[in-house]
Amino acid sequence: MMDIPFWNREIETAERGRIEQIQFQRLQETIGWALKTNLYRKRLSQVGVNSSDDIKSLGDLRRIPFTTKDDLRVSFPKGHLAVPMNEVLRVHSSSGTTGIPTVIYYARQDLDNWTDLLARSIVATGAGPGDIFQNMMTYGLFTGGLGLHYGAERVGLTVIPIGGGNTKRQIQVMKDFRTTVVHVTPSYLLHIHSKLGEDGIELKDLALRKAFIGAEPHSENTRRKLQDLLRIDAYNSYGLSELNGPGVAFECVCKKDMHVWEDAFIVEIIDPKTGEPLPDGQEGEVVLTNVVRRATPILRYRTRDLAFLHPQGCDCGRTHRRLSRILGRTDDMLIINGVNVFPSQIEEKIMKIPEVATNYQIHVDKKGALDRLTVKVEIYPKLFLGEVSKLESLKHRIVEELRSSITISPGVELHEPGSLPVYEGKAKRVVDERPKD
Amino acid sequence: MKITQISVFLENRKGRLYDVCSLLGGHGVNIRALTIAETESFGVLRVVVDKSEAAIKLLRENQFVANFTDVVAIEVPDQPGGLASILKILSEHDVNIEYMYGFVEKFSDKALLVMRFEDTDFAQQILAKQKIHVVTEKEIEGL
Repeated sequence: MMDIPFWNREIETAERGRIEQIQFQRLQETIGWALKTNLYRKRLSQVGVNSSDDIKSLGDLRRIPFTTKDDLRVSFPKGHLAVPMNEVLRVHSSSGTTGIPTVIYYARQDLDNWTDLLARSIVATGAGPGDIFQNMMTYGLFTGGLGLHYGAERVGLTVIPIGGGNTKRQIQVMKDFRTTVVHVTPSYLLHIHSKLGEDGIELKDLALRKAFIGAEPHSENTRRKLQDLLRIDAYNSYGLSELNGPGVAFECVCKKDMHVWEDAFIVEIIDPKTGEPLPDGQEGEVVLTNVVRRATPILRYRTRDLAFLHPQGCDCGRTHRRLSRILGRTDDMLIINGVNVFPSQIEEKIMKIPEVATNYQIHVDKKGALDRLTVKVEIYPKLFLGEVSKLESLKHRIVEELRSSITISPGVELHEPGSLPVYEGKAKRVVDERPKD
Repeated sequence: MKITQISVFLENRKGRLYDVCSLLGGHGVNIRALTIAETESFGVLRVVVDKSEAAIKLLRENQFVANFTDVVAIEVPDQPGGLASILKILSEHDVNIEYMYGFVEKFSDKALLVMRFEDTDFAQQILAKQKIHVVTEKEIEGL
């Protein structure tokens, strides 16, 4: 029987009754914070919640209406901020369905709580002091980079804050510093593997032993493939910036799906059509309430992710339930190499470019191990004057406009009018040719 | 005197160029000069024909993106150094050429080139002043 590592054994193996007690206490506090925000003040009052005392049990959570991404768009920038701005130590943001991003604020205690959850997650995988950690997720406004960074430092790993991209350099750094643990998207890690040997660095020259993989859905087959190819253990990670970022759920050494840290998050699985709760074991939409964040309280957030909770306990002895890998979305959001892209963001930008007619198509496929996004547009005949350079600069302009919204650079193809399929009504303009592994 | 070139946008699709040429050919339109500017993802066909109006109508009716561009047909001494001598004059007078290509036929004993200028009117002034012979639209039709 392997030795199970814990960051906080007492909480991680607490009786269910104790966990629920903690949840209830923290939910009440969170309601108090939520009532300070424009977003929640009115809607809580409408269901008879005017103070935290009006929440008398965990079951009362169900009285509160769901929060959606659209709510966060409407309350941008500060409608969901519960503290004065000078108490906010960090701001993170992620894709919104339109040009307006989703913003999350963190007070000092919120950052500390978030970091602690990551420390717990990292230790659960068996990583610890002595491990050399190459953090290959994007830093900046994305939560993936800084989240794991501070968690890893708290545990005592040696952190290399390299961020994403520049494959040759990533491999060189892995060799030079004898990296043992990486945090990365599964597709990028596969891509890295495919590039080994090109500059004389082989797998045998590296010291990798663990990977934390997340930010994009992937199958058990993909995880096994990564483990076999790189001779490592790969641990699935789940999170979303609305609920902090990474550290909502993480796999332990058993690698049998991800423990949701239930003293910090109240997780519900609902029927996406009716909003009714579903029992453990049944697949539905993941709804999350963060009860350890004061600056940006978010209640019953509809993640649009589809998954189920395991009813049975885990061999590690943790009493926090396990969430399955994400099985799909209830909306049309795309994940391109770990980055969330909403087709509506693309549409918004395309419609603003006069040289491009209104017919377009979003095409996603794989180039090797990596996802590739191409936006195909039809040019507007009247604006074609015969100059190649004008068409080229139009293409570049479209790429720049899209990039300013979705943060990644799509490919852009110019097509003759009438050559793309015609879409009627709200028909999907997205053609996703990636294999459904 | 300007002449008319037709520019056609060509998607990077197999047979697109053939589609244009067979359409024109099938309707009795004769190509006098042509060139293709290509990029990685699309091409622009530039063509001087004998029946410009009919040709562009035909192309547009068949879903091609086509438009007129003003170019000039210039006679160049048909000997080594002939083109260079013309280019020297144009360069000395700050006339900027965007692109050029050759005609299939000659008008006289000189070679005939299509030139697209950054500033067509200015170029024509210089050409006239320097007595470089420019072939008219009507003369092109008669080729």
